[in-house]
Amino acid sequence: MSHHSKSPACNTPDHYSRRTLLKAGGLLWLTPVSDLLALDAESAPDPAAPPKSIIILWLAGGPSQVDTFDPHPASSPIQGPKSIPTAAKDIELAAGFEQTAELMDDISLIRSVVSKEGDHERAFYNIKTGYRPNPSVAHPSIGAIVSHELAGDGIDIPTHISILPNQWPGRGGHLGAQFDAFQVGDPGKPVPDISTEIPKKRQQRRLNSLDIVEKAFAQGRPPNLDREITLHNDTIAKGRRMMSSDQLKAFDLSEVLDSEKTPYGDTPFGRGCLAALRLVQAGVRCVEVTLSGWDSHINNAELQAGRVKILDPAFAALIRDLKSRGLFENTVVVCGGEFGRTPKLNALDGRDHWPHAFSIAVAGGGLAGGRVIGETDPQGDKKEPASPVAVADVHATIQHTLGINHETELMTSIGRPIALSDGKIIKQLL
Amino acid sequence: MTTHDEPPDLGPPPLRPYRASLRRNLTFLALALVALTVVVATFWKKPALPGPEDFDPSSFTSPKFTDAVNKVDDAFAAAWQDAKLSPVAPAPDLIIARRLSLALTGSIPSLEEIRALEAQPEDERIQWWLTRLFEDRRYADFIAERFARSVVGVENGPFLVYRRHRLVEWLADQFQNNRPYDDLVQSLITSEGIWTNQPEVNFITVSVVQNNPDKKGPDEAKLATRVSRAFLGARIDCMECHDDRFGDRWKQEDFHQLAAFFGTADMTLSGLREDPKQPYEYRYNGMRDTERVPAKVPFQPELLPKTGTPRERLASWVTHPDNRAFARAAVNRTWAILFNKPLITPVDDIPLEGPWPPALEILADDFIAHDFDLQHLIRTIAATQVFQLDSRSADPEQPVTTEQTHHWAAFPLTRLRPEQVAGSIIQASSLNTLDDDAHVIRQIARFFQQNDFIKRFGDQGEDEFEDRGGTIPQRLLMMNGELVSEKTKNNIVLNAATRIATLAPDDLTAIKSTYLAALSRLPSPPEESHFLESLKDRKGKARIAALNDLFWTLMNATEFSWNH
Repeated sequence: MSHHSKSPACNTPDHYSRRTLLKAGGLLWLTPVSDLLALDAESAPDPAAPPKSIIILWLAGGPSQVDTFDPHPASSPIQGPKSIPTAAKDIELAAGFEQTAELMDDISLIRSVVSKEGDHERAFYNIKTGYRPNPSVAHPSIGAIVSHELAGDGIDIPTHISILPNQWPGRGGHLGAQFDAFQVGDPGKPVPDISTEIPKKRQQRRLNSLDIVEKAFAQGRPPNLDREITLHNDTIAKGRRMMSSDQLKAFDLSEVLDSEKTPYGDTPFGRGCLAALRLVQAGVRCVEVTLSGWDSHINNAELQAGRVKILDPAFAALIRDLKSRGLFENTVVVCGGEFGRTPKLNALDGRDHWPHAFSIAVAGGGLAGGRVIGETDPQGDKKEPASPVAVADVHATIQHTLGINHETELMTSIGRPIALSDGKIIKQLL
Repeated sequence: MTTHDEPPDLGPPPLRPYRASLRRNLTFLALALVALTVVVATFWKKPALPGPEDFDPSSFTSPKFTDAVNKVDDAFAAAWQDAKLSPVAPAPDLIIARRLSLALTGSIPSLEEIRALEAQPEDERIQWWLTRLFEDRRYADFIAERFARSVVGVENGPFLVYRRHRLVEWLADQFQNNRPYDDLVQSLITSEGIWTNQPEVNFITVSVVQNNPDKKGPDEAKLATRVSRAFLGARIDCMECHDDRFGDRWKQEDFHQLAAFFGTADMTLSGLREDPKQPYEYRYNGMRDTERVPAKVPFQPELLPKTGTPRERLASWVTHPDNRAFARAAVNRTWAILFNKPLITPVDDIPLEGPWPPALEILADDFIAHDFDLQHLIRTIAATQVFQLDSRSADPEQPVTTEQTHHWAAFPLTRLRPEQVAGSIIQASSLNTLDDDAHVIRQIARFFQQNDFIKRFGDQGEDEFEDRGGTIPQRLLMMNGELVSEKTKNNIVLNAATRIATLAPDDLTAIKSTYLAALSRLPSPPEESHFLESLKDRKGKARIAALNDLFWTLMNATEFSWNH
């Protein structure tokens, strides 16, 4: 762990490390959460420069750009859906995005993202980390980088959360497992393993006993055993803080008014987007919400339209609510998949994988809205788009707008420094 | 190991062998349930833990065995002297047995097994234990799964032509028979036929390309990557796209010429076959056209046979006794499985021209001299001083230092894999050995509970030996999750605390039995007095509850989730 540039528990203020807590008052880590919350209040960050957050809507399986953010005229051989005008002059979206269209002044589109990965797993790695898979190093996903780099003072719940993850939730990579996304399912259901039927007193007895066993184990072992090697008691303490934290309510939509829920749509993904909003409001740095089912090798038009129907209300409601709650300027929203789909239909009216030019939508967090970067061939013949943007460039730009220096190099366990991103900032989006 | 009170009688006996493959087939499983009454009536018998069938202690004291062990010991002793370090004291036998069970079967020893081990003469215990483990189907199953991760990964592959579980089962059969490792690897590389009839063919068909109109058949580049990483300990995958950037050892051609050996492997109606009309082609960087790539090996070309099919020639070259990279890769992986940490990290990136730690060379020599006998290799490593060291210092004033850890002068402390933690929870709470002979209902419960747990704990996939600390979801899962809760609530059928509470004559025996079942050791004096106090004057349900709390506590301890 010694290669970390920061404390491994950097999403928690130093005064919470078990060691200092012990110094401060014996078994302070076992003290009621109310006291810990009081400590939080003392260390509240400077309100003048609040750290930013990011919400990523992953469209897993490869959304078709022509059926979403990059429609072409009905007359083109691409045979995509109708396009509709939007609030931003000269920008059109595919039919089905009626609600998002109204907010187009706040959203920008990159229509020329270029990748070399055409396999789902490899492409997901690429889009989530900004790097191509490499057998000798595990790159951290964007969410892990954000929670590693930006303070999460006063947060009892994990600062990197994955709602409805597919097989590849955001991972800490060489930053360590403590930066892996905390995974939760449909926010309509309770968070797993977070509550216990064991009464408080009995729970406390168990933990007191655990301390005796831990002391026996620590004998003759390095003094940094827990702090740097096992993180065992550190994670127990954090887990317990989480169990009794009021911030957990951000996950719980049972008491949210219907009028607040309805705009997102009555779907797990819609609920995920609403939970993402509430989590960011509670101080979480990165929330990813996954909407799967975009892999339309057959019957493309129908499959894509079905997904768009779920995406449009949720995406639009999220942007609207971020704005109305004053969170938009401090929250980057990204919406896209691991690659796009072929501009031409195959024999089964499907579209196959197409990493050569696909679309990603970005909004908020200080990024410009109402802009379009790049252009694909309206005839669907040319592979290369105009003004191509590398996947790494999207990462560099996001990190930059979040206030992270993307050129920062971190030492990996193989002794090789790796930059947070090796992309270039897309100036037109600032 | 100090003596202790006899643990309580362990209740009903295990049943006769039942095939592990049953678990995978739900239909079959249903049938098994229906047949259960018959099975129970037929096979119920008196409790007895069978010892190994084939154990000859004298073979582990002959120079043929001890020479390599002594050489490894000497090499480490010299290294410690150079670094001005002294090693920690040896670990207790039970802790060594725990390491071996975790490494080779994926769970801790049962209370029943501990009792059997302690009945053996002290100087024979470790090899006796290994003989027992090798005869246990759990060894073959667990090692096969771990081996499969290095040769085919964890992906499900192309569904129509790939059956991962067939491959794993086939591998398990090979490990159970202790087939020479060179022979096993040759079968994988040269395999032909249908993936369902010839399970080893799945090594090739996992890479079959899908959804790509420009490419058919197995992916030569993926196969070259697997062969070089798993069997040669060389990561040359980056060279697929460019020359070596971290040295000048590898050229892009090295990679593609290795891949070319798989160029003629083709999918036909009768499965995987050689088709000489399908040469491997590639467009190198800076070139305009693709070119036909000749099949060449990246080093020691003199070991490559002149005749045979391309894959036969490659297989002979890879496993040639003079191709030491092959033996080194096997030794480093076996070391990694036993210590939960490779001798050289990463496990599949061993420098071709050195320097190597002395132990790697000694063990590679010995492995080659013993005709690639994997069980012999495991026994040799387990017999070394370095494997038997404690992971802590006996002197609390002089704790283990970073330097000692770095030089293997103390056994490394590493996080257990999810399936090892799950297996241990289930084993600790069952007292009897949950091996393949165990009750079929328990096996079913074990399988489903374990799978859900592993998913939530976070499967490590192929990154088998990553050095990482624990995570919050893992702690929440251990503190509040279903598996541990289920095992620590008053449940008469499957719960160890209930049985210990009923059967242990006094509190001290109950505490000691629980410690042995969960941590494979006896409590220290402060632990003993703490838990005696917690059980004091508790009767009936309250006593069971306190024992369940003790189980919960031990399962939530660092000691339980870490290899030590």
